[in-house]
Amino acid sequence: MKVPDELRYAESHEWLDPSSAEAAPVGVSDHAQEELTDVVYLELPEVGKAVSKGEAVAVIESVKAANDIYSPVSGEIVEVNEALAESPESVNEDPYGAGWIFKIRITDAAECEQLMSADAYRDFLS
Amino acid sequence: MARETPLAQQHRELGARMVDFAGWDMPVQYEGIVTEHRAVRESCGVFDISHMGPFEASGKGAGDWLNRTFTNDTARLAEGSGQYTLMTNEEAGVIDDLLLYRFGEERWFFVLNASRVEVDAAWLRGRCPGDVTLTDRTAGLGAIAVQGPQAVSLASQVFDGDSLPERNGVVEFGDGRIVCRTGYTGEDGFELFAPVSLIGEWFRRFIEAGAKPCGLGARDTLRLEKCLPLYGNDLDEQHTPLEAGLGRFVKLGKDADFPGRAVLLAQRAGGMAVRLAAIRSSGKAPPFRPGYPVLSVDGTREWGVLCSGGVSPLLAASIGLAYLPAEEAEPGNAVTVAVRGRSFPAEVVKKPFV
Repeated sequence: MKVPDELRYAESHEWLDPSSAEAAPVGVSDHAQEELTDVVYLELPEVGKAVSKGEAVAVIESVKAANDIYSPVSGEIVEVNEALAESPESVNEDPYGAGWIFKIRITDAAECEQLMSADAYRDFLS
Repeated sequence: MARETPLAQQHRELGARMVDFAGWDMPVQYEGIVTEHRAVRESCGVFDISHMGPFEASGKGAGDWLNRTFTNDTARLAEGSGQYTLMTNEEAGVIDDLLLYRFGEERWFFVLNASRVEVDAAWLRGRCPGDVTLTDRTAGLGAIAVQGPQAVSLASQVFDGDSLPERNGVVEFGDGRIVCRTGYTGEDGFELFAPVSLIGEWFRRFIEAGAKPCGLGARDTLRLEKCLPLYGNDLDEQHTPLEAGLGRFVKLGKDADFPGRAVLLAQRAGGMAVRLAAIRSSGKAPPFRPGYPVLSVDGTREWGVLCSGGVSPLLAASIGLAYLPAEEAEPGNAVTVAVRGRSFPAEVVKKPFV
């Protein structure tokens, strides 16, 4: 189970890369993609949309079920991963790389701190 | 408390994700639904179908009685042959769909859906004449399905030279095996019934020979691509076999009366209000799911709702089945499917999807 140390994690299994506050990538964790099984479709948020921490902003679908993706922090959606329309399986194959889902401009740095560290997420999963 | 099939331990060892289906603990997937689906289309998959309900009917007049109970013509079945057929009520509503085989002159074998075994058994026992013996063989038999272009080749290996049945045929073996050349995937293959103490070994041998273990998830996507109906979704007591597009399995001219025949004669003569239509997304769309509304192109009228839905790995499109007003159910008709409040263009297409 991959849990990269440099990322932050939400209890709903989204990850966020805090290294760029202007365009922080967000995706779902390796644990999440394994639970979801084959991802076949994503409904992505609109670029420019203002979102709140914990708000359902996207939908990720496997053959058997549709699940909400919640924004880990408040901010503005600045980019979405258009490549997922052609290759939704990237979420399964490379959840922390090519499987990124959207990028968010973080408006409150404190919310980033409230997310779990890799160690805390590993504990959370066990 | 869900019942376990004789293959439960093997499913656990193979890392299957399990689900409760009709009161049975069943594998929904092992490696992945799309991978398993492709394996069946390209080579061979093996499924646990021990949840199904095998029954036997025997005795004087058994064949005639079955002909008065099912819609297809049993008089046409030679020994060693099988046919798809339906059981209807007095309103011609479908009680179940099933495969019926003739073992001998008055020995018949049929397989009921897991979700309908109790209802079907009560219906049948209530109508069974004194000379006919009806036996529920579910407790004593397990079953697997071996499906795909390589199924015959694998079966020749695994069965080590035993003669295999022709398409839709059945062979009984001395060791209790019942091998039917039928399936629910649209591919060539077999449904093998065997005593519960032996079925596990057959499952293991087919996997060793190269068949990929496949679960209920792939079973659903495979049958949907071929427009094979699923009882409880596409078939129910509120719709007739003619409305479901299964007219070729309804022999209204046969020399036996059966429940609902008068209703079906009227439908055949006067037409039907609704028909089960195959609907395919016109472009990229989210997976279609049961319950999603099917609307007119301008979105102002709801024609019906999907009773089955999914994705077709082969078409890379979303597909589904829905009862639509007959005049909207013609292939080529454009519709929209609503997914979470958004409309996606789709069209009625000829069956099967692939």
